[in-house]
Amino acid sequence: MTAVIELDAVSRVYPGPPPVAALHPADLTVEPGQYVAVVGPSGSGKSTFLNLIGLLDVPSTGHYRLDGIDVGDLTENHRAALRGRRIGFVFQAFHLLPHRTALENVMLGMLYQGVPRPERQQRALNALTEVRLDHRLQALPSQMSGGERQRVAIARALVNEPSLLLCDEPTGNLDTATAETVLELFHGLHARGMTLLMVTHNDDVAGRADRVVTIRDGLLEEQR
Amino acid sequence: MKSPVAPSKLTLRDLASEALAGVLQRPGRAALTALGTVVGVATFVIVLGLTATVGGQISSRFTVLGATEVQVEDTSADPGLDGPAFPEDAAGRVRAIHGVVQAGVYWSAGERTVNSRPLADTAGTDAYPVVAASPGAVTAMHPAVATGRLFDDFHNRSAEPVALLGEAMAKRLGITRLDSHPAVFVAGVPLTVIGILGDAQRHGDLLLSVVVPERTVERLWGPPAQGEPSKMIVETQIGAAQVVASQVAVALRPDAPDRLKVTAPPDPRSLRDSVATDLNSLFLALALTCLGVGMVGIANTTFVAVLERTGEIGLRRSFGARGSHIAAQFLLESAILGTMGGLIGTCVGTLSVVAIAATRHWTAVVEPWTVLPAPLLGTVTGILAGLYPAMRAARIQPVQALQR
Ligand SMILES: Nc1ncnc2c1ncn2[C@@H]1O[C@H](COP(=O)(O)OP(=O)(O)OP(=O)(O)O)[C@@H](O)[C@H]1O
Ligand SMILES: [Mg+2]
Repeated sequence: MTAVIELDAVSRVYPGPPPVAALHPADLTVEPGQYVAVVGPSGSGKSTFLNLIGLLDVPSTGHYRLDGIDVGDLTENHRAALRGRRIGFVFQAFHLLPHRTALENVMLGMLYQGVPRPERQQRALNALTEVRLDHRLQALPSQMSGGERQRVAIARALVNEPSLLLCDEPTGNLDTATAETVLELFHGLHARGMTLLMVTHNDDVAGRADRVVTIRDGLLEEQR
Repeated sequence: MKSPVAPSKLTLRDLASEALAGVLQRPGRAALTALGTVVGVATFVIVLGLTATVGGQISSRFTVLGATEVQVEDTSADPGLDGPAFPEDAAGRVRAIHGVVQAGVYWSAGERTVNSRPLADTAGTDAYPVVAASPGAVTAMHPAVATGRLFDDFHNRSAEPVALLGEAMAKRLGITRLDSHPAVFVAGVPLTVIGILGDAQRHGDLLLSVVVPERTVERLWGPPAQGEPSKMIVETQIGAAQVVASQVAVALRPDAPDRLKVTAPPDPRSLRDSVATDLNSLFLALALTCLGVGMVGIANTTFVAVLERTGEIGLRRSFGARGSHIAAQFLLESAILGTMGGLIGTCVGTLSVVAIAATRHWTAVVEPWTVLPAPLLGTVTGILAGLYPAMRAARIQPVQALQR
């Protein structure tokens, strides 16, 4: 079985000035269905790492294979296509469009995938049902709680049936109780075989993952 | 190389609905942004519409009356010595020229006392100009007969003592009806008033004169005096004035064409065109300036929108959007703003032209070639304005965009 993520001495240096070695050459392999937590202090390079995995950024050195595809060979447009199809993103700040309803926000996730509009609507509905928000389809982000917003964002990340879900502190903006429901959602996804990579500050959160990797001053280490 | 996954795509329909949603999510701002373009396009339509309307106005005045009138004047310093300027059959000769409708000789026969009673003592009564005119000349001046009739060739040939008066003058002299054959005494000579003129479209001064057949004047007071040269008025068909003017002197005096000074009206087309081009270039510059202002407005708003929506841009990139998809969306948003401005501006401009024309009692002339492309002018403005912001939006890196 092909690994979802295969990193071979991948590093990232921000050219600056002054140049910042945000990620030292790192090796990591993530198999399908694994739940990996990335922990580390602020400014240690967690987001840098996640952006590289998410094809939002390009490594300075090394090789990265996503689903067996060497992304170093790809043009920007090909990387965009791969990113849109294979990776779902969940951000700390939700990133919902404020003037669109929950349903429209989820449908937006499929906009660039050539999915016909009626199918987009159906799939968005299914995804929102999965995160138990089928009663809030027409709600605007401003009319929803933080937890609901993050669940909309998760539904949006799932609609393209990605092979990998990347979450950058998904509970960072939520209170403990709300965070718990969101984490349970991730747990359920993991139980059904979703591959998850989650950046977190919270050891409690990290404790539920299969694997924990730490990043300290740009140095990646497998903890367990 | 071949893509490992299907490339990202964005259908035109989805692009259009995304762009429209982007514009409509802030309707107030969209309206304000489009305002500059509204003003610019409206100015454009108003300027061209008014130019066409005024141009039509100018030409309708000049074409119908002025542009069909040719004047011929005796230039002789001493007609007594040189003999009459116009031959006996002057009107006949001129009418033989192709394009001539009417022609006739007339001259000013000086100011003479005019009275409704045969007073021996003429002191204290008013003097009025007397005009000697052939029947053809009178007809060519297009008087409107209020009462009675104009004199004809018979009156002229037999030098009948008849006269035409302007309405106001007739009233002053106490003449309102002609059935009793009233007479006026011009320098003591009784003349029967056979017609009262209500209006004279050409030569309005006719209304303030006593118009007498030329032969009658010659019989009573002699030929044209020195300093009051005899003239000829030639009415032509529309568009024939220039050609007629070039032939009339030779037709009248093949022996001495130089004795006659012929005045043709300015070519109405060149007159109208020169007026139109002056106005056009001036106001088009104004319209372009307004459009420029409109363009800056749209460019500014779109640019601000790009900055405000960097998060959205990053998000779309994370869904697989290409840079070109982002650029197309912002470009289309500004094109929509421009088109909206163009459409509203065209309506405002057209209505303004109609309103202005209505208050002036003009016929509004709004040429389709100005109205139909006018909204497109807004579109072009919007696209030009959107180019730079769209380019900037396409270049925003997804990582940058997703940082908060
Ligand atoms: N675009 C950039 N240019 C230069 N330096 C950068 C850039 N982005 C991040 N850095 C630096 O790289 C280092 C790692 O940043 P990163 O955002 O990955 O940290 P993080 O672990 O996600 O921190 P946090 O927990 O606060 O989100 C930091 O020192 C940061 O200042
Ligand atoms: Mg971070």
